Amino acid sequence: MAEIKLIDGYPEYMRRLIEKVEKTRPKRVDYTPPPMSKQEQEEVLKLHPDYAPGGKRAIAVGPNKGDVGPNEVVDLLEAYPLIEPDEIDLSRVDYDTDILIIGGGLAGTSAALWANNQGIAADRILLVNKLRHGDANSIMAEGGTQAADREIDSVQRHYLDTIGGGHFANKPEVVRALVEDAPFIIKWLIEMGAIFDREANGELVEKWGGGTSIKRMHSCRDYTGLEELRVIRDEFRNRQIPCLEQFPAIELFTEGNRVTGAILWNLETGEYKIVRAKATILATGGFGRLHIRGFPTTNHYGATFDGPVIAYRAGAKLRDTDTVQYHPTGAAYPIQIVGYLLTEKLRSSGAQPVNVDGEAFVFPLEPRDVEAASFIRECYVRNKGITTPTGLRGIWLDTPLIDIKNGKGYIAKAFPAMNRLFKRHGIDMAKDPVLVFPTLHYQNGGVETDPWGRTNVEGLWVAGEVSGGVHGKNRLMGNSTLDCLVFGRRSGINAAEYVKTHTTAGNITLEHVKKYIDMLKQAGIKPERRAPILLPDYRGRAALARMIDIF
Amino acid sequence: MEEKNNIMERIAEANRPVTTGVDEKDIKDWVTIYIMGKGYRVPADLTILTAIEYAGYRLLRSVGCRQGHCGACATVFRRAGEYKLQADLACQTRVEDGMYLVQIPFSPAEKAIYDISKEPYDASVFMKYYPEVARCVSCNTCTKSCPQDLEVMDYVQAAIRGDFELVADNSFDCIQCGLCAIRCPAEIVQYHVAQLGRRMYGRYGLSMPEHLKKRVEEIEQGKFKEAMDNITSKSREELEKMYAERQREPD
Repeated sequence: MAEIKLIDGYPEYMRRLIEKVEKTRPKRVDYTPPPMSKQEQEEVLKLHPDYAPGGKRAIAVGPNKGDVGPNEVVDLLEAYPLIEPDEIDLSRVDYDTDILIIGGGLAGTSAALWANNQGIAADRILLVNKLRHGDANSIMAEGGTQAADREIDSVQRHYLDTIGGGHFANKPEVVRALVEDAPFIIKWLIEMGAIFDREANGELVEKWGGGTSIKRMHSCRDYTGLEELRVIRDEFRNRQIPCLEQFPAIELFTEGNRVTGAILWNLETGEYKIVRAKATILATGGFGRLHIRGFPTTNHYGATFDGPVIAYRAGAKLRDTDTVQYHPTGAAYPIQIVGYLLTEKLRSSGAQPVNVDGEAFVFPLEPRDVEAASFIRECYVRNKGITTPTGLRGIWLDTPLIDIKNGKGYIAKAFPAMNRLFKRHGIDMAKDPVLVFPTLHYQNGGVETDPWGRTNVEGLWVAGEVSGGVHGKNRLMGNSTLDCLVFGRRSGINAAEYVKTHTTAGNITLEHVKKYIDMLKQAGIKPERRAPILLPDYRGRAALARMIDIF
Repeated sequence: MEEKNNIMERIAEANRPVTTGVDEKDIKDWVTIYIMGKGYRVPADLTILTAIEYAGYRLLRSVGCRQGHCGACATVFRRAGEYKLQADLACQTRVEDGMYLVQIPFSPAEKAIYDISKEPYDASVFMKYYPEVARCVSCNTCTKSCPQDLEVMDYVQAAIRGDFELVADNSFDCIQCGLCAIRCPAEIVQYHVAQLGRRMYGRYGLSMPEHLKKRVEEIEQGKFKEAMDNITSKSREELEKMYAERQREPD
């Protein structure tokens, strides 16, 4: 095996480049480039994948006809269903429930708990998951959760940071709910036993997030989403709320303009099941696995845009489908971890982006789209990136600065996940910088929601990444876990109230699916694609080329 | 314009191995791995997870976040010629020549049902819900099987003593993959024990910050109502101006 020889994880030519970073490091300890002006931000954003030409088109059918989205997204909205509506036997209902929740990340799990708190019996709730309960982007959230709970902070300040970060396109009343509920959510999590980082005196550690004007990030080492999710999932299990795993929803049911349940598909046996529900909460997460514009992703295996696809057929309006969040610091080396999330908390703790000449070229905590675009400019316009052995370009994230600024051993204590990730590949991030490049991270838009998670379709709520409006055109760090927990709770409460006054379940039909098929045919779209896709396909091409589909 | 488009294409091209799978012609180094006994020749720089996919498997289980946070891809393997059984996460482990492996699709472990708001904050809570912790023979198999390199046995011993802080601290990075419980000769479900311990510590071992309680009360009492009514009714231009004039808190 003639593999390249590595010295502490890096090939020799990269080692020599690291020396340049080391050389300028003492000067950079006390130097941070200033934040960009609005004009400078607008200029660099032209290089962002959302704004660079190409890659998008208008949606040809449905409630958002004419709106623009990435080709990968529009492909799925213009795809034919997985089922033939007339071939589905609707005469036997397998699960008759009050509240059906689709997706078990932070949003879906908290929706279940709060519906239960609101008096809906555990056995009148059903949580279904495509993979296992908790296999979600939530569990991978590293950096933290924002909440304006410090004396010198205020909810209106959190509001302004959020809406400015979202380029003023956010839905005001929804952002208001987000920021006003935030301190309550942190308090609730602590009461449930979540362990947030504390100072020596017991006070909450509060850190910077990109695009914020004040420190208000609450973290649990770099396992924030994991800690929050496993705590509320444990509570969910204690309440013995019914839960199905490896059971994705592949279509909703409707009666007129009301959603009345969903059809589930056993991922392993292929059998379908019919769920009739008085209220349905969609919490299916985002779309990273669509690899928009060919970017790698931080997202989990099931992040394939299923929720908006099935909601759209049922008449739900989408919004802000035109923007995608690329996280500035995805891992770019080694090849085994390309696209992995390196939390923004690294930069808020002192790590600095540095180019091939060892220069700090950008303020480390610009809003994510600006920061990501500046990395692309450094690599592909100014040609000051670092090229990896597999031909990727990236810039250095000078992580040793973290220990210099916070004390030796800080990285190991505050970033166990990152530290572990690089150690497995022989890299000590306390000693050497790591290589980063933007990675597809977050679905900014989605199914339009009101402050209670309601959509324009009766009987259908949304919570978390699947929804649109709260983050406008660009989400801030620490607002996604918060989004899930705030609107999971609100949709659970609101759906519970709805169920109390709407005591009869609707009929289950697939009329909307038939209509949607007609609409696609009328628009001249050929039945080449089917959706939801449920999972990406990474099987080797050589193996696929010789596959015979017998079973 | 032309050039910007080109940048996107160059980025997409460079990322192709991780977004659409590797192309055989790009691969220089190969290894042979045995998936449940069957041999497959795979690129040497793949992880166990991506190598299984390269071999032609479409994963429906034993896969989740693909980034080491969810614990879905617990895998047991032996290296060629070694007597020792290894356990690790498929998404975080590189393939090695001659490795033979199987993934664990599910852990059949019993989780106790409890209400932490009604439990005493002492060692008896562990004895009540997970009495098998007392069967621990200190063999350290759990620690050796942990893909996160946690001191699992130490926190089981800490649970027996009622040291909640140590249980919480030692188990904090647990991703609940279940490998410890599957290997434990005393049939302890370490990761569930740790979950109970962390929640008890989080609720009773740490204080509720005063400023947090106060802020929640202030919001409930409407202290920010006027300011929020005001800011939510602002025009885009007014908000842009306010945003540009924000004062950044000193570092």
